[in-house]
Amino acid sequence: MYSFGYFRPSSVEEALTKLNEAPEAKMLAGGQTLLPTMKQRLARPSDLIDLAGIESLRGIRREGHRIRIGAMVRHSKIAESSDIRQSLPGLAALAADIGDPQVRNLGTIGGSVANADPAADYPAALVALDAIVHTHARDLPADTFFTGMFETALDEREIITGISFPLRPLCAYRKFPNPASRYPLVGVFIARALNEAGDHERVSDAVRVAVTGAGSSVFRVREMEKALCESFTPEAISEISVAADDLNSDIHAGGEYRAHLITVMAMRAVADIIAARSNPSLVR
Amino acid sequence: MSIDISLDLNGDAVSATVEERTLLASLLRDRFRLTGTHIGCDTSQCGACVVHVDGRSVKSCAMLAVQVDGCEVRTIEGLASDGVLHPMQQAFQDHHGLQCGFCTPGMIMSALDLVRHHPQPDEATVRRWLEGNLCRCTGYHNIVKAIIAGAKEMQKEMQKADRPDPTAAID
Repeated sequence: MYSFGYFRPSSVEEALTKLNEAPEAKMLAGGQTLLPTMKQRLARPSDLIDLAGIESLRGIRREGHRIRIGAMVRHSKIAESSDIRQSLPGLAALAADIGDPQVRNLGTIGGSVANADPAADYPAALVALDAIVHTHARDLPADTFFTGMFETALDEREIITGISFPLRPLCAYRKFPNPASRYPLVGVFIARALNEAGDHERVSDAVRVAVTGAGSSVFRVREMEKALCESFTPEAISEISVAADDLNSDIHAGGEYRAHLITVMAMRAVADIIAARSNPSLVR
Repeated sequence: MSIDISLDLNGDAVSATVEERTLLASLLRDRFRLTGTHIGCDTSQCGACVVHVDGRSVKSCAMLAVQVDGCEVRTIEGLASDGVLHPMQQAFQDHHGLQCGFCTPGMIMSALDLVRHHPQPDEATVRRWLEGNLCRCTGYHNIVKAIIAGAKEMQKEMQKADRPDPTAAID
């Protein structure tokens, strides 16, 4: 690793001051992508600003009809949170299956979201769940947050403080992991906004389908959303496929294979939601 | 530049002066000579360097030494007491859970975090948990057996000592 300076601010304001002083500085969250990248000398920040000392970036809490997860909350905490398992079961299951236990014990939701790896799991959840990314300066809807491969709507010196989700007891995530890296070749998150329990939020789209791993960035499959709004069954989307031309094609999987996987994973996610609704104890 | 840190290392209060870029794995091995923590791949794939920081298993090659300032760190050297192996270590020996032994410290530290979550894990749970620990010798069968047996032994010792349920510590 190249040498760098290390700072551990105790507030977002302090972190911002340091960021403004050192334009080549990078923020350190869980470090599970940044540190390996630095070890390979693929990144050379002048300084690391460790966000672990900032109290306000931690914690999972209810805010009215939403759950807000602090940017520095580790994947393992999200997987273990009883509130999230109940209100956002697909998100808890997703977090429980990222990388391996050791990565989950350090990696954070804010770090993952800021990095916007096209094969990361969270982007699918954020988009399907209609989440909001809160930064020190503004609130960014997930739909407009992810702008491309490793690209987001964040400014250079903008700090994610948390991510908030509406309550969606009916949601599920299915992925087909690369057998070696376990990153999703394709991951599909499906969330259903309306349910018998009575979700009083005003929602324009009752079902959202978001895909990660398959393209340069997360995307929604509107045709599936429309079909699922009319009939929430796996069969309703069995004939709908995403055009293979725009999908990633590499040594792991061609575009056509990924397109096929999207439909299969989406059908399984729908089946999971139906099964969980008829028997809540089945929630993965 | 360098930074002073202090931590609880296997129950002892220690301090060190480290470079910002020093990895936790290097701190343990080079500064404290705790060479049971192995560096296998150095790319956070293999898990030979797994240690516990504040009770949770982490890969010490994917963490900076400065990040554990004020933390509680436990390594494989902190398990045996008075020359008696920890039940999980003993189980690896009894069930031939190792061949070359290079991955073993990481396997055991990872297994202990597993037992904290699942005091009596079944085979599928163990295999899933070992996602981040690679072994190139055994084919994993005896490692899985050892972990299941080690967990049972730990359970027995716990009952003997009438200690509280380890899962109660999970917040």
